[in-house]
Amino acid sequence: MKPTLKEPVVILVPTGSLGAGASEAEVEYGIARGASVIATDAGSTDSGAAYLALGHSKNSRSAVKRDLTIMMRAASGAGIPIIIGTSGQAGGDINLDWTRDIVVEVARELGIRPRIACLYSEQSQEVIKAKAAAGKVHPLPPLGPIDDATIDACDHIVAAMGPEPFIAALDAGADIVLGGRTTDTAAICCFALWKGAPLGPSWHAGKIGECGGQASIKEVEGRGILLRIDRDGFEVEALNDVNKCTPNSVSAHMLYENSDPFLLVEPGGVLDVTGAQYKQIAPRTTRVTGSVWKERPYTMKLEGASAGQYQTVMLIGIQDPVVLKDLHTFEDKMTRALYERVHMTMGDGAGDFHISLRIYGWNGTSGEVVPKGTPAPRDVGVLFVATADTQELADQIARACNPLFFHMYMPGHNGQMPSYGFAFSPAYIPRGQLYEFRLNHVVECDDPLELVRTEWIDLKLEEAA
Amino acid sequence: MATVGEICRYVRSKNAGPFWVTFDLFFKNRGDYERYAESPAIGPETFEKLFGVDPALVKRFPVDTLEMVKISCVRPTPSGSRVERDLHSGQMFVRLLDIELD
Repeated sequence: MKPTLKEPVVILVPTGSLGAGASEAEVEYGIARGASVIATDAGSTDSGAAYLALGHSKNSRSAVKRDLTIMMRAASGAGIPIIIGTSGQAGGDINLDWTRDIVVEVARELGIRPRIACLYSEQSQEVIKAKAAAGKVHPLPPLGPIDDATIDACDHIVAAMGPEPFIAALDAGADIVLGGRTTDTAAICCFALWKGAPLGPSWHAGKIGECGGQASIKEVEGRGILLRIDRDGFEVEALNDVNKCTPNSVSAHMLYENSDPFLLVEPGGVLDVTGAQYKQIAPRTTRVTGSVWKERPYTMKLEGASAGQYQTVMLIGIQDPVVLKDLHTFEDKMTRALYERVHMTMGDGAGDFHISLRIYGWNGTSGEVVPKGTPAPRDVGVLFVATADTQELADQIARACNPLFFHMYMPGHNGQMPSYGFAFSPAYIPRGQLYEFRLNHVVECDDPLELVRTEWIDLKLEEAA
Repeated sequence: MATVGEICRYVRSKNAGPFWVTFDLFFKNRGDYERYAESPAIGPETFEKLFGVDPALVKRFPVDTLEMVKISCVRPTPSGSRVERDLHSGQMFVRLLDIELD
């Protein structure tokens, strides 16, 4: 039996992403308003598969350390725990260990001795293959059924945790819980669920709070948000006395980065906000009731990332009116000429290669066909992107293309050789690999902890030693 | 003739996970919302034409309380592929602005 909630749970979300810049004043304000936990998400798939494939953080070490210092000082002073989901941007084991090392460093600098739980949710290829063989891995659109080759192609695979491993760590006395890949919502709401708060309001509050201050209307800079969950609903409040949370700003956040505005699928259930009611209860605070949690068989979403081909880029600026007045011809002629140049100089040795030109100031962002009659811009940047099987090949392709990219004639040049504006020397810039997500699948679990490993770092024990 | 850009007070696009993109069209008032939220001009065929995506995987959700419509579709190319130009799909909404609603 879950305990019954005795008093409201107050969740202080200091930032939408650990390292994005928490505010010391906001955190102090939230503590003064009775925060019972500090919780934040630290990652996302939004910025691409590179962070999972490489085990890198997107936010810098110093930025993450700064936010952790603010949070750990405040939490230690108030005697409340800290919850972090999707550590190190991707939540893989390397990302989590990177975050753990910073937490330990900050603890030593602050002279505090927290019990730290690390929840690892990276999966081996063997485990996922076994799950797939047992028929327990299911695709989500637009991907099809999983196969072993796809699993083998992934450099790292993570499963997104729900709240249960966090609740187990809190039960075991954790002061700081660092999650590997976690759903944003679960990281924010797990403490409330541990305290026995109702499911619908807790999950909904988790979704509203996952991007920090984004659910508020910001008259002044606002990084975080305060969530207060009780037996019948929850309240959303800005972390200063200027910004406002309105029914509109709060309900609109359910739309953000979510393909369905009413339903949110999570491990073990679905949050349904179709009947949710939003009411302004104080000038800056909105109360939400009517959120419903519907239990479903327990699944975790899988993410897998792999490295692919290599790219090399070159950049030129063009202000020459002869080119700018006929960018259609320029783009077509240049693309064709560059491909011919590669075939002529490298032949089959170029392998499976690809060249694209992105003309910034014209159609660089979308690549769409620009309507005839569109006025000529005054200045464009042309990004050359070569993709090939190795960095060496991509570099060679760029170097083979350099003379044409630099000097290609247009009919209006009347035989006088143009020279476009290279930004750098050497002109070619090896950019590294492509990284792609390979999985969009869920895995059935017998138990929410089945695919999670917990490790402890107990700095309290150091004191005893 | 009125376009999405003229009728809506705010239009945005954003990735929703690595494989989907979602468009939010906020109308200026209830009347416009009721008139245009189900308009075929912003139906699956338009998304197929603009982005080359499978019309069977275009989902539309009118949200009464916010006087907005959310439309989600599969990303035209996977996140971070070799032809990637807009990793977070944050600029894709611009191509909707000139769509004529009636």
